[in-house]
Amino acid sequence: MNNFFERRYVIAGIFIALILVLLGRLFYIQVVDDRYFLYAQNNVMRRNIQYPARGPILDRYGKIMVENEPVYDITVVPKQVKAFDTVEFCKLLGIDREGFDKRMAKARVYSPYRTSIFEKQVSAQQYASFQERLSEFPGFDTQKRSLRSYPDSAASQFLGYIGEVTDAIIKRSGGYYSPGDYVGISGVEKSYESILRGQRGVRNLIYDSHNTPKGSYANGAYDTAAVAGERLISSLDMKIQKLGEKLMQNKVGGIVAIEPSTGEILCYVSSPTYNPNLLVGRERGNNAAKLYKDPYKPFFTRPVQAYYPPGSSFKPLSALIAMQEGVITPQTIYHCSGYYQSGNRRIKCFHGEVHGDVNLASAVAHSCNGYFDMVFEKLINRQGARNTDTAFNYWRNNVAKFGLGSKLGLDMPNENRGNLPKAAYYDKVYGKGGWRSSTVISLGIGQGELLATPLQLANIEATIANHGYYYKPHLIKAIGDKQVIRKEYTLRNYVGVDSQYFEPVINGMQNVVEYGTASSSKIPGIIMCGKTGTAEVKNKNDNSVFVAFAPRDNPKIAIAVVVENSGQGATWAAPIASFIVEQYLRGSISKRPSGIFPEYYINKNLLPEIVVKPADKAKIKADSLKKVTADSLRKRKADSVKQIGLKSAQNKPAKNAGNVLTAMLPKRKENE
Amino acid sequence: MNNQRSFFLNVDWVTVLIYLSLCVIGWFNIHAAVFDENHPSILDMDTEYGKQFIFIVSALVIGTVILLLESRFLSALAPIFYIVTVLLLILVLVAGHNVGGNQAWIDMGGGFRLQPSEFAKFATCLLLARYLSATNVKVTDPKSFLIAGGIILLPMMLIKLQPDDGSTLVFCSLIFVLYREGLSAYFLIVIGLLATLFISSLLVNVWFIIIALVAVAGLLLFMFGRNRKFATGLTIALVLSVGFIFCVKPLYYHVLKPHQRVRIDEVLGLTKDLRGVGYNQNQSKIAIGSGRVWGKGYLQGTQTKYSFVPAQSTDFIFCTIGEEWGFAGSVTVLGLYLFLLLRIILIAERQRAPFSRIYGYGVASIIFCHVVINIAMAIGYMPVIGIPLPFISYGGSSLWSFTVLLFILLKLDSNRMGINHA
Repeated sequence: MNNFFERRYVIAGIFIALILVLLGRLFYIQVVDDRYFLYAQNNVMRRNIQYPARGPILDRYGKIMVENEPVYDITVVPKQVKAFDTVEFCKLLGIDREGFDKRMAKARVYSPYRTSIFEKQVSAQQYASFQERLSEFPGFDTQKRSLRSYPDSAASQFLGYIGEVTDAIIKRSGGYYSPGDYVGISGVEKSYESILRGQRGVRNLIYDSHNTPKGSYANGAYDTAAVAGERLISSLDMKIQKLGEKLMQNKVGGIVAIEPSTGEILCYVSSPTYNPNLLVGRERGNNAAKLYKDPYKPFFTRPVQAYYPPGSSFKPLSALIAMQEGVITPQTIYHCSGYYQSGNRRIKCFHGEVHGDVNLASAVAHSCNGYFDMVFEKLINRQGARNTDTAFNYWRNNVAKFGLGSKLGLDMPNENRGNLPKAAYYDKVYGKGGWRSSTVISLGIGQGELLATPLQLANIEATIANHGYYYKPHLIKAIGDKQVIRKEYTLRNYVGVDSQYFEPVINGMQNVVEYGTASSSKIPGIIMCGKTGTAEVKNKNDNSVFVAFAPRDNPKIAIAVVVENSGQGATWAAPIASFIVEQYLRGSISKRPSGIFPEYYINKNLLPEIVVKPADKAKIKADSLKKVTADSLRKRKADSVKQIGLKSAQNKPAKNAGNVLTAMLPKRKENE
Repeated sequence: MNNQRSFFLNVDWVTVLIYLSLCVIGWFNIHAAVFDENHPSILDMDTEYGKQFIFIVSALVIGTVILLLESRFLSALAPIFYIVTVLLLILVLVAGHNVGGNQAWIDMGGGFRLQPSEFAKFATCLLLARYLSATNVKVTDPKSFLIAGGIILLPMMLIKLQPDDGSTLVFCSLIFVLYREGLSAYFLIVIGLLATLFISSLLVNVWFIIIALVAVAGLLLFMFGRNRKFATGLTIALVLSVGFIFCVKPLYYHVLKPHQRVRIDEVLGLTKDLRGVGYNQNQSKIAIGSGRVWGKGYLQGTQTKYSFVPAQSTDFIFCTIGEEWGFAGSVTVLGLYLFLLLRIILIAERQRAPFSRIYGYGVASIIFCHVVINIAMAIGYMPVIGIPLPFISYGGSSLWSFTVLLFILLKLDSNRMGINHA
């Protein structure tokens, strides 16, 4: 013992104090602060998203339209790569040594420890030979992915395509998508995205500090399995779809065919079209760029986006409304002297024909403009000239019930509403009270400001076929294995015309094909009721329009065909429609008394010329072909869409003296 | 015979029990820290946990041998131990084996390496005890103080040359021994004050510290100013402190090595580099913090299993304890250490021979220093300093030297009733 005995307490005190300080800190980080637990979780746990297979799409008979084709990526973890036969490796993948080094360097830059893609989407063949020898190449692996594949290369505008999500989509999805995900960009891929994409699964994996996977977290207790996307059964009939696309090749326009008893769309052609397989795989970006540059805009979905004046195809609808309103009867006689005098305007019948005394049926059959101008004036003037606008709006509402001027609610993106002007529009143009029935008389024959999409035209035919109602047109017949049909597609939409008024109009339409304007398109043994339309387009050839349904009793198909700037409805649209109708109803195309046959139409090139001013080049968007062609200064003809796509992309446009860039288009043979 | 029986009865079994507990805790946590799925058995000799078992068994043999030694022998041989250790420390500088930048190991062949700095600890303690227990030596006497200081400083300097900052720092803890033997309390106060000033001048604007110091000094003068001697001392202390404050930054930036400086910066929060310098400590904190109250369970620590913390069986072994056994484990281990330390003080104080008492304080100081530095480092209170956690960290040299250190004390203690030594 010595004098400093008490100092033991000081030393013990220091020991206790410091150890308590440590314990206090430990208490804080272990008990109070729970951030560290999360940090530790984040260190080891990775949420591994399991991507479900996207749902396939079938046609109405179960034929596959879109399926998933497996492709294989070669992946590499640079740190795990050991010496191997590089020459052999390069030979297997068809790359050279330089390409190999470049890819390796890229992977190493991304991360030495993580898996990165060495080569994207190798062919099944390359994959097979590579997979066999995989063990010789430590550090390399393969990874299966699936791409969309289209066995028929058809119905592109219907199917649409998928692409990587954009930032905007990610934001809108509220975090559902993350960069690199695929999402439907257009067509059915877009509108049925939520059904096709299926449900993503999550695997919680444990990774060590070198990012090497170490198995699943908590034995997979928190994992969820991916659920494959449901399959969609389309209403399309792939046979007539393909026929329609063939008939429309080298033409601009659209076809819509509807099954009247269901509203199911059987045929949905937009021309020019493109091969959907071009937008898949490694060349996707280049192909898409080419297609965007194509002056005929293959991405433009004409059945629902293009606006056409219905022309004479509007006449049956006009007659129906007039009868319902009681301004005419089927027996009403009108004397056609070759023109109709409305105010100080004189509207000629087509080609100056004189129809003499016509009733409803013969007026439809011969497409007498005078008769329908008379009908229109009667409707608009029935409350006196002072009440033109009220009567006009009343007429307008009656027309609107048929689906004109508004979206029909097709299960597709980007549907347009067409144009059905209101009285207010003419008030604005001519001043209130400054217009009369004669001012807007061209509406009576489907011209003027009236614009409709092919879908709307076809839907009117379906309505006539049904004697007064339509089902909402749709492209997806049923969803999933249970074949769920949306309830809205089972409801009838009545258009406000009693069924009794349809027979006289249908008689007229039958006559159109039997002996009227479209008699050359008559199908032996099938009674088709139709109406031609030859709609005038400013400064251009007429649009050829034909609408029809068949057979007359218990109709199975209603159709609208538009061939832009090609001429008369009877010349192009009607034969094309008749082939599709016959193919659908009979399964084959018979010899026609008129001598027409499909190959002639298939081979016919009716592409309108395209001249693009430099200033307009930038403006070309998926809008309307009209805008481009309206500026045309010169007429050129083209051979094929594909050639144009390629040529316009490859050839530098020649500069001429007027500083006008002209797309170099090959000349079409002038044999017509 | 009677002597022999009383000998074993006299061994402080409480200490032995704590010692064994810590060894076993260490062994199991090493098992968790470096667990290898291909060698799951804790007795697998291919692994560190298997080897640690051997180390523990051999440590027990060493401990038993020490208990059987003649205790007079220890005091007598102290200078020889010391000289041999110092020679080994010189040898290691010349022909040592370099691991991780530290030239601290001597290859013994057969895969075993000796770390002389570990043995320097008890050799120094022994010689210090022997010197200070001499009848004519008083710490308060400057000459004695210098010699005692020299005994500590010589091995310390040699270790610093390796350079092994951790072990060097451990020798500083022997100041407790000198204090117990009569060194003025001012030494401790001055060391505490310098440390405080050093850290605060790195963190806060120096002028704030000076204002604070002047304010405190003014208050003290106002209260105790009548005492002339106190007033003079205080004024001198104040002037020296201010001087020191101005020296801190130059010292810090020009004397300390960059690798030391970045570690200190990281702890003080002056820099934040969680991927580089701060990685180990950050991951260590995450490991310990994520254990919460009861821990994740044996072999269940994700930070531990997936090797997010380097050196986890040695310097960062406390991470495993914190992660897998939680705060409960932390309390248990620190409690055991505290109990051990207080027990050693108790043992030291009950010695009749100053030699034994002084040696006892040496043991306590060294163990205390290791524990505090190691754990403070693991939880981010101190810069990263490579220093083992006594009895728990993996490694033969470390375990054996702590065993020797502790069992010599137990041997001395078991003899305390016997011949009054020295």
